[in-house]
Amino acid sequence: MAIPAQSDGVATLTKGAAPGETLLKVTGLQKHFPIRKGLLQRQVGAVRAVDGIDFEVKSGETLGVVGESGCGKSTMGRLITRLLEPTAGKVEFEGKDITHLSVAGMRPMRRDVQMIFQDPYSSLNPRHTIGTIVSAPFKLQGVMPEGGVKKEVQRLLSVVGLNPEHYNRYPHEFSGGQRQRIGIARALALNPKMVVADEPVSALDVSIQAQVVNLLDDLQQELGLTYVIIAHDLSVVRHVSDRIAVMYLGKIVELADRESLYKAPMHPYTKALMSAVPIPDPRRRSAKSERILLKGDVPSPISPPSGCRFHTRCWKATQICTTVEPPLLELKPGQQVACHHPENFEDQAPQDTVLLTAAKEAAELVADEVLAESAATSAAVAAEVAAATEAPAAKESPAVSKEAPAVSKEAPAAAEAPAKDTPAEEQPAKE
Amino acid sequence: MTELSKSGAAVSEPVKASQAPSAFLEVRDLKVHFPTDDGLVKSVDGLSFTLEKGKTLGIVGESGSGKSVTSLGIMGLHTTGQYGKRKAQISGEIWLDGTELLSADPDYVRKLRGREMAMIFQDPLSALHPYYTIGQQIVEAYRVHHKVDKKVARRRAVEMLDRVGIPQPDKRIDSYPHEFSGGMRQRAMIAMSLVNNPELLIADEPTTALDVTVQAQILDLIRDLQQEFGSAVIIITHDLGVVAELSDDILVMYGGRCIERGPAEKVFYEPRHPYTWGLLGSMPRLDREQTERLIPVKGSPPSLINIPSGCAFNPRCPYADVPKDNVTRTVRPELTVVGSQHWAACHMTHEQRERIWTEEIAPKL
Repeated sequence: MAIPAQSDGVATLTKGAAPGETLLKVTGLQKHFPIRKGLLQRQVGAVRAVDGIDFEVKSGETLGVVGESGCGKSTMGRLITRLLEPTAGKVEFEGKDITHLSVAGMRPMRRDVQMIFQDPYSSLNPRHTIGTIVSAPFKLQGVMPEGGVKKEVQRLLSVVGLNPEHYNRYPHEFSGGQRQRIGIARALALNPKMVVADEPVSALDVSIQAQVVNLLDDLQQELGLTYVIIAHDLSVVRHVSDRIAVMYLGKIVELADRESLYKAPMHPYTKALMSAVPIPDPRRRSAKSERILLKGDVPSPISPPSGCRFHTRCWKATQICTTVEPPLLELKPGQQVACHHPENFEDQAPQDTVLLTAAKEAAELVADEVLAESAATSAAVAAEVAAATEAPAAKESPAVSKEAPAVSKEAPAAAEAPAKDTPAEEQPAKE
Repeated sequence: MTELSKSGAAVSEPVKASQAPSAFLEVRDLKVHFPTDDGLVKSVDGLSFTLEKGKTLGIVGESGSGKSVTSLGIMGLHTTGQYGKRKAQISGEIWLDGTELLSADPDYVRKLRGREMAMIFQDPLSALHPYYTIGQQIVEAYRVHHKVDKKVARRRAVEMLDRVGIPQPDKRIDSYPHEFSGGMRQRAMIAMSLVNNPELLIADEPTTALDVTVQAQILDLIRDLQQEFGSAVIIITHDLGVVAELSDDILVMYGGRCIERGPAEKVFYEPRHPYTWGLLGSMPRLDREQTERLIPVKGSPPSLINIPSGCAFNPRCPYADVPKDNVTRTVRPELTVVGSQHWAACHMTHEQRERIWTEEIAPKL
């Protein structure tokens, strides 16, 4: 289905970025919500919902954002659509800095960036008809579509799979899936370049979920949309995304292509998150050992842990993790990771081998096979790298473990797991 | 587990000798209807199943398919509900350990509730009382059924909190629900429901409100506790992944009726109802290669006031015209045996279903 050219003000605006060009660029984005107390409402702290993230969204792609509740993914979505004003950092849309634009300044951008909300019940005004809801963007932007607003709205309704004759109905007459379609029609009204969808399917039933996921897919192909899809369901995110950002406590811990991320996750958190998804296959139940159970809960974003934020729950954490925050580095082409001791890759801090006490406790929840396998792959990658660069570090390992000639510190982790009942497991750091 | 067995409140056994089933829990033709101004809502319309001790039954279905109404019906929480003027109309039989519950004295059922059968609710924040500490609530749940003093009950509560993995249980017992995180609240709920060592545990969407990492912890906990206590567990969810993790048997509900029931393995590998195929097809899966498109079920779930005539699934079924004479739109299909311990309610013949599944559906999943 072809979209008719809009013969209004929109067409005179800048042409959309060609596929593959950077549409949205975010650098050092922060949002701290102040906590005020007392008579004078003095600020006593801040919830660091988003605490320094960098990423780009290319035109025509889908960026998926996953993370547990409270990791800042929704706040991130509201920042890039400028529903919230960032505390620090920069948001550039098509090369234009929109970080601190005023409401009036944002208005022309609003037609290019639209949002689909999670809850199809509260995001539609119950007193407005579907026609009013979907035509609101035209009214607000002062756009007069070709053939009149009503005709355009009816066309949009049929695009999203609703009956155009339902123009005069109210939201309560529709089911959850249909309401979500109305939300999508509203987001598409002004022919946006980018659509930010915050948990677009999580409130829907499984069979309806699939309908909406397919609809989003079709619309992207037909209209060349760019999506940022925020969700907590890893299988849905994998299905819809080209690239995926994994967030933890206000930071991006891993940003990678779909294939790389799901085949070989590098951040321990990503690995744990993926292993936690229940697999709908009763025969896999005995393979429970593959699962990595994280201990405890996500720490509070009011006072996040020092260094790497995941170190309090990570089974690989060492001293360096508590002090130095790992930068988000592109370790493999198309795979950025913020970790000192990544999985499936060469260790970034090989000199630091002593596991934290917390990490040892965490490792007890991880099956020995998983640790051994992780050590083996890391060792293999490390050996490859060592062979290639003839890094002297490779020779230091025998003191640590005989199982795997590893530069990495997974080797002691693997050695420790089977022997964790015996005391005196503190491996001396090799120097 | 302490041996404070069921010695507390004396339970008088009503005599009910007729056709008592051998299964631990047997539900026969359960119907729960709610009269409303718009008509009769047939939330559950003829449901039968059995469950043995130590086994887990997973009930799957979309919202409005009658999953939760079934569980509340078993717990006997419908008739006593004082919401609205009209009560639910319940018929059928629920046999728990040789006793029929629907015809039993409400006082007797109340004594069973919490002691023989307990429930874990979806949202622990609204299921726990915000005004009382976690400890007070667990102690109360215990002392209702056991004549012990507060100290003993408190010790028992600490022990249960410890068992469900709450750190420093002797301190956290004095916390209020709002001081707990979502996962810990759900653990506390589980501790409360298991404090009386119930033989039947009903978990209604126990992990839906939780994050995936916490969900993994809670599912593990439920599985371990079941092995330890040997209870019968009914787990109600819309997530096929959760069901696959825990259940021995699966019951798929649609429009208030069971449309397929069988061992988990069978339902996942040889499903015999088009709706089950639809559920399997609409789920993106992490354990498989990426599929290009999901295969959704078209349309939306039926209204429980106007359940479509014939097979309730017929308006959404891609194979509604396979059986002859428009039978899917006129005759309601009954559950028929399609394998050992495996039933499905569909008009298509065995061969037709076999062929569609192997040729059309299975290759796309």
